[in-house]
Amino acid sequence: MKAGILGVGRYIPEKVLTNHDLEKMVETSDEWIRTRTGIEERRIAADDVFSSHMAVAAAKNALEQAEVAAEDLDMILVATVTPDQSFPTVSCMIQEQLGAKKACAMDISAACAGFMYGVVTGKQFIESGTYKHVLVVGVEKLSSITDWEDRNTAVLFGDGAGAAVVGPVSDDRGILSFELGADGTGGQHLYLNEKRHTIMNGREVFKFAVRQMGESCVNVIEKAGLSKEDVDFLIPHQANIRIMEAARERLELPVEKMSKTVHKYGNTSAASIPISLVEELEAGKIKDGDVVVMVGFGGGLTWGAIAIRWGR
Amino acid sequence: MADTLERVTKIIVDRLGVDEADVKLEASFKEDLGADSLDVVELVMELEDEFDMEISDEDAEKIATVGDAVNYIQNQQ
Repeated sequence: MKAGILGVGRYIPEKVLTNHDLEKMVETSDEWIRTRTGIEERRIAADDVFSSHMAVAAAKNALEQAEVAAEDLDMILVATVTPDQSFPTVSCMIQEQLGAKKACAMDISAACAGFMYGVVTGKQFIESGTYKHVLVVGVEKLSSITDWEDRNTAVLFGDGAGAAVVGPVSDDRGILSFELGADGTGGQHLYLNEKRHTIMNGREVFKFAVRQMGESCVNVIEKAGLSKEDVDFLIPHQANIRIMEAARERLELPVEKMSKTVHKYGNTSAASIPISLVEELEAGKIKDGDVVVMVGFGGGLTWGAIAIRWGR
Repeated sequence: MADTLERVTKIIVDRLGVDEADVKLEASFKEDLGADSLDVVELVMELEDEFDMEISDEDAEKIATVGDAVNYIQNQQ
């Protein structure tokens, strides 16, 4: 049995916060933000919109595209560092709202690599024959844990949700290989402080990310028995264009074969990979049979990557 | 010295897209070679790979010119 992605969906808040808006909030400039991060604007969820609301919206789109009924879900995994509250989990909240009565539900905490952890976890249950349909959601309301007076981090983050239904696919499609990893010794470089603000040592995280993203991409390609030339499309975690470019260079891919949504949405942590996946599919950039590599990294430190042959 | 400078120069030319002639020992990465802070981090990473060494954050912050980089590498070897 092979596991693959049956359908995807996303939710993006309406409110746009541009670099020019940020210039009025902290000492920064549009030019500085663009050249250092590639970000031009990001979306911010309304005060009364929480992760569960965004997750449900994205999940409904994914279920519709997958043509899977909520009642047929066996498992719901929500990757988030910004749950509505510690418990009940976002996964339980959306289980109720979707009416997915049969599904077990748990949140996954692996920061920006959370969606990769979720997809790989779902894959295990599908390929063991235990479950048929696993809903994996990456959702974040990072605006709620951002220090809006810290110019180093306030410019980076955004809110949003992306979802995928993982299920059985034909033998010549689906997830070909994966890699998950963690390095707790780097935890000090990216964390939530006692004021619930995200703290980041930009230089250390940058170095880690550049090396790890490239490494993980190469590893999943090798594990899949493929070579760099076989990769049709790369979806890196949308943290910073400079980090993404480093991963792309490592794979020797042309610019048009890498997903870029960071300019519109900023870093949406666990949501960034599924949001990008939805947009690239809509733009017709990913076709049936294409080899797609997805790779994420985040606080923990954590990382995860998959190589997938797209299609059912 | 010549060998180290040559290898450092090649990395700088590749990474920053500058003319080899502009990569002088006294040239500052940020002021003369148009590098921003992330370019310098990337340069340091490439030097680490090229010369098989680890350059701590503290040391990296002191590397401002081409000469600083060359001296640092030679002192470590």
